[in-house]
Amino acid sequence: MLELVVGIFIVLSLVLYALMGGADFGGGMWDLLAYGQRAGKQRKIIADAIGPIWEANHVWVILVIVLLFTGFPRAFAAMMISLHIPIAIMLVGIVLRGSAFVFRKYDSKDDAVQRRWSTVFGVASFFTPFFQGVTLGALTTGRIRVIDGVVKTGFFAGWLTPFALACGVFALVLFAFLAAVYLTNDTKGEPSLREDFRKRAIVSGLILGPVALVVFLASKDGAPEMYRGLTQWWSPVLLVWTSVCAVVALMALYLRRYALSRIAAVAQVSLILIGWSAAQYPNLITPDVTITNAAAPAITLRLLIMALGLGAIVLLPSLIYLFTIFKRDKRG
Amino acid sequence: MAMSLAFHIVFAALGIGMPLLMALAEGMYLRTGRPVYLELAKRWAKGTAILFAVGAVSGTVLSFELGLLWPEFMAQAGAIIGIPFSLEGFAFFTEAIFLGVYLYGWDRISPRAHWVSGVVVAVSGVASGIFVVMTNAWMNAPTGFKLVAGKFSDIDPVAAMLNPASFHEVLHMTLAALVATGFMVAAVHAFYLLSDRDNVFHRSALGIALALACISIPLQLISGDLSAQATSRLQPAKLAAMEAHYRTETEAPLLIGGLPNDAAKKTEYALSIPGGLSFLAHHDFDAKVTGLEEFPRDQWPDVRIVHASFDIMVGAGMAMFAVAVWAGCLWWRHRRLPDHKWLLRALVTAGPLGFVAIETGWMVTEIGRQPWIIYGVMRTVDAVTPMRGLIVPFSVFTVLYIFLAIIVVFLLRRQFIETTLPKRKNPEEVADA
Repeated sequence: MLELVVGIFIVLSLVLYALMGGADFGGGMWDLLAYGQRAGKQRKIIADAIGPIWEANHVWVILVIVLLFTGFPRAFAAMMISLHIPIAIMLVGIVLRGSAFVFRKYDSKDDAVQRRWSTVFGVASFFTPFFQGVTLGALTTGRIRVIDGVVKTGFFAGWLTPFALACGVFALVLFAFLAAVYLTNDTKGEPSLREDFRKRAIVSGLILGPVALVVFLASKDGAPEMYRGLTQWWSPVLLVWTSVCAVVALMALYLRRYALSRIAAVAQVSLILIGWSAAQYPNLITPDVTITNAAAPAITLRLLIMALGLGAIVLLPSLIYLFTIFKRDKRG
Repeated sequence: MAMSLAFHIVFAALGIGMPLLMALAEGMYLRTGRPVYLELAKRWAKGTAILFAVGAVSGTVLSFELGLLWPEFMAQAGAIIGIPFSLEGFAFFTEAIFLGVYLYGWDRISPRAHWVSGVVVAVSGVASGIFVVMTNAWMNAPTGFKLVAGKFSDIDPVAAMLNPASFHEVLHMTLAALVATGFMVAAVHAFYLLSDRDNVFHRSALGIALALACISIPLQLISGDLSAQATSRLQPAKLAAMEAHYRTETEAPLLIGGLPNDAAKKTEYALSIPGGLSFLAHHDFDAKVTGLEEFPRDQWPDVRIVHASFDIMVGAGMAMFAVAVWAGCLWWRHRRLPDHKWLLRALVTAGPLGFVAIETGWMVTEIGRQPWIIYGVMRTVDAVTPMRGLIVPFSVFTVLYIFLAIIVVFLLRRQFIETTLPKRKNPEEVADA
C-alpha cells in the first residue's frame, strides 16, 4: 500500500515534469527550428516564456530520481546499470541545455555568439527528451532481466529496440506539440507570432497521431507486457479519452480557441503518461522488478510520504506564486 | 564521480554564499536607500543566476551518477539516505522557485516581497547544503540500522540523519561555503579597487564581502577544532592519516609537512611540535593518540594524499585568518573600509584559498575514509558499477565540466567589467563611506 502511494507520487512528478519541463525542451526545439523574418522574435518569446521557470520545472526530474532511489532503491540500481548509456547521454543533454540557455542570456549580445549558444541549446533540447523517451520505453520492453538483484542482460538490452526508439521519437514530438500550444497562449498581443506557433502546434499535433500508432504497433512485439496492459478492459476508455483530448486540442487550435487547446493538450499528455503507468503496473522494470519486490522498508516509505506532504505544503503555494507572477498580465 | 563532485562542490558553495551576499546587499539598499547597493544586488544576482544554473545541472548529474557509478551502494543505502536527499530536493526546489521570482521579478512585485524572496533563496540554499552534508556524514559515521548477514535491517532514517558526524560536518561545510564565497568575492572587488580606489560600487561590495569573510573565518577555526576531536573519536584511522601519525603514543607530536613512509611507519622531514597532536585531538598535551599501526594494513587510506591535503587545508585556513585579522585591525583603527594597498593585494591573493581549502578538505574526508564507502560497513570496490569502459563517460564529463568552468569564469568576468554605474564617489558619499 505504502509503495503504491510512493509510486503514484512518482507518476505524478513524471506527469508534472512532462507538462512543465517537457514543454521547456519543446521550446528549445522551436528555438532551433525558428525561421522566417520573425525568427528573432520567436526566439525572444520562447526565452521570455521559459526563463523564469525552467529551473523550477527541471527539479521535477530530480524529484522523480530521488523518490525512485529512496522508495525503490533496488529498481534504481538496476536501471542505472542496465540503462547507463542512454541515461548518461541524456545527462550530457541536460547539462548542455541548461547551461547554454543561461550562458546565452548573460553572454555578449553579438549575433554570432548568440546563435552559437542557441544552437547548443536547441540541439540539446532535441536529444535530451529523445533519450528520456528511449529510457522509459526500454523499461517496458521486458528485455532487461534482473535476477536476484543482479542485471543479467548487459548494457545494450532494451533501449536499442524499435519500440524504445519509437518512444523516444514520440516524446520528442509530444513535447514540441505541447510547447507550441503553450506558446500560442503566451503570444496574446502579437497576432503574427501567434499564427506562427499555431501552425507549428497543428503540424506537430498531426504528426503525433501516426507516431503514437507506430509506438502502439511496435509494442506488440517490442513490449508484449505493455501491449497486454494497453488492451485490458479499462484501456479503451483511457485511449478514447486521450484521443478525444488530442482531437479537441487540434480543433481548438484550428478555431483559434487557444485557452481550450492548452487545457486539452495538458489533459492529453497527462492521460498518456497515466495510461502508460497503468499499463506498466506493477512493474518498474518489466518483468522482474516490481514496486513490491523493489520497495524500501516500510519506515522509509512512511517517512518519505511524510516528507512529500511537508514538501507539498511549502512547494505548492510557492509554485503557484511563481506562475501567477510571470503568467499574469503580460501574457495570459 | 569524484570529478563531478569536485566540480559541483565549488558551485554548491557559491550557491550557498552568493544568495546571502545578494540578499544582504538588497537589505542594505532597503535600509539606506542608496542606489549603489541596489546595483550591487543586481550584479551579484546575475552571478548567482549563472552559478545556480550550472550548479543545478551538475547537481542533476550527481543525483543520477550516484546510481550510475555506485549502484550497489544505492541499492543498499538508498532506503536510509534517501530521506535527507528528498528533503534536499525540496529545499532545492524552493531555491529554484524563489530564484526565478528574484531574478525576473524586479519590477513585478513590491521591493519588500522581492527582498524576502532573496532571503528565501539564501535560507533554502543553506538548508539543501545541510541535508547533503548529512548524507556524507552518514557515510563517515553510519548509524540507524542493523547489519544482518551483509544486509541492512531495522533501518531508522532519522537516526541516520542525526548521526554523530552530522553536526560538526554540517557546521564545518556551511561555514566553509561562507568563508570561500566571502574571500572570493572580496578578492574580485579588491582587484578592481587596486586600479580604481574610489569606485563606490566596488567599495560597497568589498565592505559586505569582507564582513562576511572576517566573521566566518574565526568561527570556522573553532568548528575545525570540533571536527578534529569528533574525528579522533569516530574515525581514528582517518585522523591518524590526516596527521601522518603511524605509532600509538602519548604526548603525540603534531607533524607538519614531511613525507609519510608507510613501510617504515614513520614520517620523514616533518616539522614536529611536541604534544601538539594530543592537544588538538583531546585538548590535553599528554593524551594518548591512536596511530595507524593499530589498524590492519588493508584499511589504511592513502596517507600521503590525506596528510598533504590536510596540511594544505589548514594552511589555507590560517592564511585567510591572518588576512582577516589584518583587515579587522585596520578597520578597528580607522573605522572605515580598509583599503590599504597591501591589504587589497593580500585579499586578491587570498581569493582562491577558500576553495583550495574546500577541495583539499573534501579530499581529506573522502580519501581519508577509504577503503570504505560506508565507514566500516561497505568497501568502495564492492559498490562500484559493473559497467566496463567507464573511462568513456568519465572523459566526456571531464571535458564537459572543464568547458563549463571556462565559460562560467569568462561570463562572470563580463558581468564585472560591465561596471557602468557611478565610477566616482560623489562628495557626500565620501563622508560616510
